[in-house]
Amino acid sequence: MNINVQFRQNENIIRGFVEGEIDTYTAPVLREELDNLRITKGVSVELDLSKVSYMDSTGLGIFVALYKRATREEAEFKLVGLTSRLARLFEITGLSELMDLEVDTDTKVEIGNESV
Amino acid sequence: MKELQAQYKRILADYVESQTERNLYIGQNFIRQLIQKSVTPEEIINIHKSSMEEIYPEIPPAVSHGYDFLIEVMVHFGLTLREHQSLLEHQEELRIEMNVAAKIQNMLLQTEMPKTNALDIGHISIPIRKMNGDYVHFLHNDEDYVSVGVIDVVGKGVPAALCMSMVKYGLDTLEYTNGEPSYVLEVLNRIIERSVDDSMFVSMFFGRFDCARNIFTYGSAGHEPALHYKASEGKFHMLESKGLLLGVMPDVRYSQHEVELEEGDFIVMMTDGVTEFRNQSELDSRKVIEALLLQLKDLSAQEMCEQMYQELKKLQELALDDDFTVVIFKK
Repeated sequence: MNINVQFRQNENIIRGFVEGEIDTYTAPVLREELDNLRITKGVSVELDLSKVSYMDSTGLGIFVALYKRATREEAEFKLVGLTSRLARLFEITGLSELMDLEVDTDTKVEIGNESV
Repeated sequence: MKELQAQYKRILADYVESQTERNLYIGQNFIRQLIQKSVTPEEIINIHKSSMEEIYPEIPPAVSHGYDFLIEVMVHFGLTLREHQSLLEHQEELRIEMNVAAKIQNMLLQTEMPKTNALDIGHISIPIRKMNGDYVHFLHNDEDYVSVGVIDVVGKGVPAALCMSMVKYGLDTLEYTNGEPSYVLEVLNRIIERSVDDSMFVSMFFGRFDCARNIFTYGSAGHEPALHYKASEGKFHMLESKGLLLGVMPDVRYSQHEVELEEGDFIVMMTDGVTEFRNQSELDSRKVIEALLLQLKDLSAQEMCEQMYQELKKLQELALDDDFTVVIFKK
């Protein structure tokens, strides 16, 4: 179980690429990386999660914390490249209504009201 | 100490006299006794030195100095060893405290399964570690309604347990209001939002069964959708209800919905420890659970819960990695 995060900063835009699995064991690593980001007014943070193969609710906690911090600092925060599995997690928890998310166009989200 | 030294000297002399396995074995056993009596490594070398000097008075001074040197450097081994032992003791103390805390949590969070003729109720909740991150709370203070909250605190261990107590007392307070699901969720959201840190939150499914009208009213705060089996159709419906997790934002509104329970219908409420199969996709896991429930549908609600746990545990090759909670309301 591993996680790898890399950031690229271009003026006011911070782009992060997260790769691996986000669970109870790897979450502290990711949290620390994100805590170290300098988020100030006008900065835009964009995290690419297309290479995240698994995430549990601990991962959600980390992104909620980052969302709250960005909102407080009047910065922007966006998650991109969500796979349908991750998108469903944000959908169920109601976070998709709140946060700026971009689903990976290759994998459409399907949330049915009924199933057979 | 004198006595020990005399014994050591005898054992050493025997070995020097004849280097047999048996003599060596006696020495090894003796050292175990010394360790139990907390004799330090440098003391043992000191005993060895004195014994050698007594057995061989003609020993060259250089060898004695060599022993003195060894005694001095071994002092540090002794210190590290003692540190290690005190850490072990400390760890044991923490373990005992954790056990006490887990016991208190279990006691605090005990919920009584309602006894009613209107519904057959089943419930199982298996923690993955000592402290359970899932919690089920039943309310049944009059004959008219049976309510249940299924709660999953994000985060594990002690912080989650503390948060859980807060949820429990919130629900206890609401017991007297006979709350509608949307109201219960709104109040709890406010309590939790004020009290916990940014990365902590709670998902909750709240359902209330009206025994006279056979109507199940439910609302969800970011929780796994429940499943409703309609016997007349032989099909499952997902009871989805949009709502944000508790504790993320203040003043969130929650919607609630109603379904009617007919004879043979049942509702399955669960946490993500049940639906999340780490190595399989989400859609598959729902299908697996539905197929399993179809096989179990003629059992009692409690048996269904227990069988579900056994079967899913088998399926995940005993590698369940989250708390596992299921509640079934069966008409």
